[in-house]
Amino acid sequence: MPDKKETAQGRYRALAFVKGESLAKEKDSQVSEDELHTWPYLVRKEFLAVIIVMIILMIWSIALDAPLEEPSDPSLTPNPAKAPWYFLGLQEMLVYFDPWIAGVIFPSLIVMGLMVIPYVDINPKGNGYYTFKERKFAIVTFCFGFHVLWILLIIVGVFMRGPGWLWFWPWEEWDSHRIVAETNYDLTQFIGIDSKSLLGSIIGGGIVTIYFFLGMTVPYLLMKMRKSQMLEKLGTIRYSIVAFLFWSMLGLPIKMVLKLVLHLKYIWVTPWFNI
Amino acid sequence: MSNKEGKEKLNIRELIKAKGIPGAIKDLTLNSQVWRSFFRHGLEDTPKTRMQTVISNSFLHLHPAKVKRHAPLFKYTWCMGGITFFTFLLLTITCVFLMFYYHPNVRDAYWDMKGLEYHVPFGLLLRNLHRWGAHLMVITVWFHMFRVFMTGSYKPPREFNWGIGVVLLVFTLLLSFTGYLLPWDQLGFWAVTVGTNMARATPGLGHEGPFGEMLGMTAYNDIRFALLGGSMVGGNALLRAYIWHCVGLPLIVSAFLIVHFWRIRKDGGISGKL
Ligand code: HEM
Repeated sequence: MPDKKETAQGRYRALAFVKGESLAKEKDSQVSEDELHTWPYLVRKEFLAVIIVMIILMIWSIALDAPLEEPSDPSLTPNPAKAPWYFLGLQEMLVYFDPWIAGVIFPSLIVMGLMVIPYVDINPKGNGYYTFKERKFAIVTFCFGFHVLWILLIIVGVFMRGPGWLWFWPWEEWDSHRIVAETNYDLTQFIGIDSKSLLGSIIGGGIVTIYFFLGMTVPYLLMKMRKSQMLEKLGTIRYSIVAFLFWSMLGLPIKMVLKLVLHLKYIWVTPWFNI
Repeated sequence: MSNKEGKEKLNIRELIKAKGIPGAIKDLTLNSQVWRSFFRHGLEDTPKTRMQTVISNSFLHLHPAKVKRHAPLFKYTWCMGGITFFTFLLLTITCVFLMFYYHPNVRDAYWDMKGLEYHVPFGLLLRNLHRWGAHLMVITVWFHMFRVFMTGSYKPPREFNWGIGVVLLVFTLLLSFTGYLLPWDQLGFWAVTVGTNMARATPGLGHEGPFGEMLGMTAYNDIRFALLGGSMVGGNALLRAYIWHCVGLPLIVSAFLIVHFWRIRKDGGISGKL
């Protein structure tokens, strides 16, 4: 900790030493109170962190060998064939969505969604310190996406998925002959309409459209009715982006529940793509 | 000339008399042109030299000379950005040594892994460090992003740097992913097959994706073909993964890291309560 004597000795500007009185004179005492010398206070902690990380990695590397399986063989598909663990969340989504959504659209939305966060979160509070109270919506939404939809799905993908991408508890033995007879239905089949027909396709498309339409307009109107200041500051464009991303994200758990409970396969079937 | 030399000699004699031989050697070294060209400041512990230590050192001066009081606190940054950077450096170093022993072709790649294990001194340790270091980097970069989110550090004026961070996140994952193929074992081969199969389904650009066929995509001209240099994971894919992994992506990541670090300084250092 720098003591008072140090601050009395004067403050130096960072780029060059200029003899004479400090330019930041009036703030001098306060600035020195709030600041620490990088050397040694920060540098020594970084050094310590490096040593600790190195020790951990060394122990890890001595205790556990990196995996190396049989030489690759294009004719011998392992069951299950798993992506690297950090992509297993996406692979897990394949259970609920077609590859173009799980493997392309969702990753793009995640990356774009992350990038727009600073531009749509206009709440000035909670900048530079930990707080939950002052930014509940932001934190709950982010943590739901990150911890539940990303991390939890990875855990499921790594530990719970066995042959045929079927669910096996970690203590269960993988039985590659297990077959789960399960018929899945498209949404319109529940009301007796062929999902591949034009009518089925229109109904399915309508439901997806209504989902986003209601999801985006209902909160808007509610906030408008309550004369929400938040909404006014957000503006329509920011609001729409948030609402679209929010309901796209919620689409995943909704589809998961529908699939697991109702054995729903597709909501919307078209000749080109299915959702 | 001779005059000056005489004066020097006299000084040295006086110096030895005054400080003894070790003291004189120290004095002469510290005042020599060579020493002074290396180090521009003294060693005594004063506020001035503390700051000079940082700003006159190429590597240390990534930092400002002074930081906010809470910046070095573990409970604020969790050290995660710094540790991520360290893992990146460690991976770069171990990568150089691994490249001495690795041939990116279908015939040798797998057996080079075995060679590392059985023939290269500390080869397996080297490989383990690289492998687990890569896992660690993926984990710490996630924690770093989470910390930055929880402290709201993406808020103005740091919006842009958050965006740079997201790019770094994506490239960190891609680095890890391209490396996965290189041992050319069943694990890597099928993981990359599964992963790149997704590219087939890209709307418009993959031959199995929506509208792909309509736009003339086949297995031989779509985006997956471009990634793999073929219609399936083979020798070309291995070479491409290798070059992306060891040259292309590290260069890109380095460029973004430079911007990331520079912007931290320009945005006023580590965020904090105003
Ligand atoms: C290769 C990956 C990355 C490296 C090596 C890296 C490195 C760093 C370092 C060393 C810091 C200084 C503060 C600290 O240690 O926490 C920092 C700050 C920051 N990083 Fe990263 N980072 C990376 C990825 C990311 C990602 C993925 C994001 C967000 C999506 C991000 C956003 C930020 C922001 C906004 C700051 C300023 C934080 C503040 O002022 O409190 N970075 N980064």
